[in-house]
Amino acid sequence: MSRVILPNFLRFLILIFIQVFLLKNIGYYNLAVPFLYILFILLLPFGIPNMLLFTLAFITGLTIDTFYDTLGINAAACTMLAFVRILFINITVQRQGFENEPEPRLGIMGFRWFFFYGLFLTVFHHLTLFLLETYNFSDLRYTLIRVVFSSIFTLFLILVTEFIFFRKRER
Amino acid sequence: MRNLWLFISKYNAFFLFVIFFVISLILMIRDNTYQRSATLSSSNVLIGRAYERINQFKSYLSLGAVNDSLVAENARLKNQLRSSFFDNKLVRKTVKDSLLKQQYTYITAGVVNNSIHQRDNYITINRGSLHGISKGMGVIGPSGVVGIVWNVSKHYSTVRSLLHTGTKITASIAKSNAFGSLAWGETSFDSEIADLKGIPNHVTVKKGQQVITSGFSLFPKGILIGNVISSSIKGESDLDIKVKLSTNFSTLQYVYVVINNLALEQQQLEAKSIKNE
Repeated sequence: MSRVILPNFLRFLILIFIQVFLLKNIGYYNLAVPFLYILFILLLPFGIPNMLLFTLAFITGLTIDTFYDTLGINAAACTMLAFVRILFINITVQRQGFENEPEPRLGIMGFRWFFFYGLFLTVFHHLTLFLLETYNFSDLRYTLIRVVFSSIFTLFLILVTEFIFFRKRER
Repeated sequence: MRNLWLFISKYNAFFLFVIFFVISLILMIRDNTYQRSATLSSSNVLIGRAYERINQFKSYLSLGAVNDSLVAENARLKNQLRSSFFDNKLVRKTVKDSLLKQQYTYITAGVVNNSIHQRDNYITINRGSLHGISKGMGVIGPSGVVGIVWNVSKHYSTVRSLLHTGTKITASIAKSNAFGSLAWGETSFDSEIADLKGIPNHVTVKKGQQVITSGFSLFPKGILIGNVISSSIKGESDLDIKVKLSTNFSTLQYVYVVINNLALEQQQLEAKSIKNE
């Protein structure tokens, strides 16, 4: 059990640290803003109960909010992310019989699956985040452009991170 | 009843989603309408301290730029010293000091957290209510206006910087007394450019003219905000002026909080006039 908790806890600390002290200061004129910390929720094990998943996602979002001074916005986006994650895994994984795998990682699931997994979850997270941040639909086009560019940036960082810690496991 | 329970447990993911999402929305809306929650924002002591620790390392990296700006400011202040003027007068009347009442006092503060890439940017400074700072005071930097104090805790304050979509400052164009309101983030999110609105058409505005504070509100009159980079006629009667901000927000390290000693008197008088109408 501790072999699951400890790496996840460390991953949480490191990702939050990188997000708050490094990525918060990086951005291209507010158009492309990276949110790498969602990788923590992406990589939680398959077998996690829904209640625990939502609680962890909510806490992660709230932690980021505390540092960003945007109470509730990241928490809402992370809740959306957790919900989309459950749907995505329900639709794709059970059918292909990957249920025994511990974590949805690039080395285990293959590039194609992981790419679409990251893409869907990132886009939904960013869509919620930026819509809530803008809080109106008047400049929807600008918001959507921000979502697209930020998603590309975040997804790029997620894939790079996964390739750096790439581990092919024998099945 | 049992069927209802089965239904809920079958689709528990959806119900959990709704519950957590609503909690976040409530948090968010409460935070937007009322005061920013004092416990969960960067004026919190714990997080302020974490930012300060990181900032200690970061301030070493920009030491050169800070030194340059301090030297420039020293030179500017020295220019204003009496000793740097040649005194032509032979007879000088002594002026009683009691005639001059100090209106503005300045408190220096270090920037411990800063952001420029958000839609609404805040700055955290390491001075708080213990040092006599309260909400609504003006904040200026070595080269111009920075923002307005927004939240105050014991040792820290958060400042709503000019780079916040909600910050509006009365500004006037140097030499002509026309005044308007300065806002950021309505047309672009570039951290160097703001818009000046409400200046009437008949005022001639040239490129490079200085934009300064009007002295109507928190700031002393004549503090630099930026320079005009373009002006064009928009709509019926107003000019659309773009201003290059003089403060470089990305390298801000030290600021001054402006305390207006006569603010209370002014506010009471103005409130009285409104009531009388």
